[in-house]
Amino acid sequence: MGGHPQALQRYALAVASHLGLIAAWYLFVKLGEVPKFVMPSPYDTVHALLVPNYRWPENIAVTTIEIFGGYILAVVFGIGAALLFSWFRWLEMAVMPLLVSLNMIPKVALGPLIIVWFKYGIGPNAMMAFAICFFPIVLTTARGLREVEPDLLDLVRTLRGSRWQLFTKIQLPGALPYVFSGMKVAAILAVAGAIVGEFLGSDRGLGYLMLQVQVTLDTAAMFMAVILITLIGVVLYGIVLALERMLVVRDARLA
Amino acid sequence: MGEPFIHLAAVQKAYRTRGTDFLAISEATFDVEAGELVSLVGPSGCGKTTLLKILAGLHPFDSGELKIGSRTQPFDPSRDIGIVFQAPLLLKWRRVIDNVLLPAEILGLPMAASRARARDLLALVGLEGKEDQYPYELSGGMQQRAAIARALIHDPKLILMDEPFGALDALTREKMNLELLRIWEEAKKTIVFVTHGITEAVFLGTRVIVLTAGPARMADNFRVELPHPRTLEMKTNEAFGEYTRRIYRLLGME
Repeated sequence: MGGHPQALQRYALAVASHLGLIAAWYLFVKLGEVPKFVMPSPYDTVHALLVPNYRWPENIAVTTIEIFGGYILAVVFGIGAALLFSWFRWLEMAVMPLLVSLNMIPKVALGPLIIVWFKYGIGPNAMMAFAICFFPIVLTTARGLREVEPDLLDLVRTLRGSRWQLFTKIQLPGALPYVFSGMKVAAILAVAGAIVGEFLGSDRGLGYLMLQVQVTLDTAAMFMAVILITLIGVVLYGIVLALERMLVVRDARLA
Repeated sequence: MGEPFIHLAAVQKAYRTRGTDFLAISEATFDVEAGELVSLVGPSGCGKTTLLKILAGLHPFDSGELKIGSRTQPFDPSRDIGIVFQAPLLLKWRRVIDNVLLPAEILGLPMAASRARARDLLALVGLEGKEDQYPYELSGGMQQRAAIARALIHDPKLILMDEPFGALDALTREKMNLELLRIWEEAKKTIVFVTHGITEAVFLGTRVIVLTAGPARMADNFRVELPHPRTLEMKTNEAFGEYTRRIYRLLGME
């Protein structure tokens, strides 16, 4: 693969800019003598991990399960629904408008309702994440399955190809780039969904932790929580990217 | 001169849009012998593509008679058609050789033999060594060659081509014309070639069928009595000019 030194250079620059940010952060706090509860230093932030009371491993695990759980369910059901739509056009015509309307409901507004119905916990929060991711995945997958070049359809028809052949050889692989673009959008939304759920009502998780330390003004812990939440999202997104790299030919990839 | 391979008599097709009938093809009548390369030439909207799709069995027609195949050259419409479009339309996620194999897969032909044949065809179209590349690694002209190989993999008797070189630049197009003639002579197929290009039509065809628009009808049908193999310099000789002038006159462009 050509351009190796270029890739390395870009990577090094990316790392450098992040380190630069941390350095700037450190200097800002130190030189500006910013109080700890407004903006903690990098050192204080990392130090917050050492407080056993905050139960970091447990809270990280809870939030991770909510995000990944809700996301995986959205992917499975989202792709499943889109597959059903492509096989039964009437189903798509009937149900899709309904999904569009339901999707207009801001999921944040659904939060208290979910709590009333299901109380709080990992399940309901995962459900929030699911609700927020499901639609982008259905929409992009359904679109990908629909977009077959009419001439290719003609080619298959002249050979008397079956619907199944058309589906497995052309529609499905052709839809993958679209599926992945939906999955990438959904990965970002899943994180927000789970955290919103935790903010509205929960007894565990990184979002819950943030609310707790807000009261005690332990801003360092808050910073750390935000960083960890972001990292969970990064890992999820990274997994999706890796899958895409494996399954989709470079030139076919969408944004 | 036995039974023709393709026989059309007074074929007509109308489209109904917004309550009015639009006559796409009217009274198309011609015969094509096996092994001919027929150029269908005419302006946009003259029904060339519709006619091609009728030959492919993709569109029904309203009246008239269409018969493909003869006693000496039987024709199975589900296996004997190869088709090449203006856009190569290769599957992006498949390597070139797997793209060529697509019709063989659909027809359920034995894979080992087909794979070997695919390699031979790729060599024939000048893509030797590119079998394992992806379409995005190939230029437009090369992708179109792969599409031609794809149209030949299942050894069809009839190849239908709808302005296959229309999207290429002029020089590549000329080159592809020569390549197509070479492939045609090797593979000995019957080809129906739709084009806008008057010189292309005469250069490639053993026979030219001229269609006009407004309303769409068949204006002329003549043999091109130029020797094979054709060379580019034939384009400048007298006989060639006669043929192209004939077409220009028919299209009202003289």
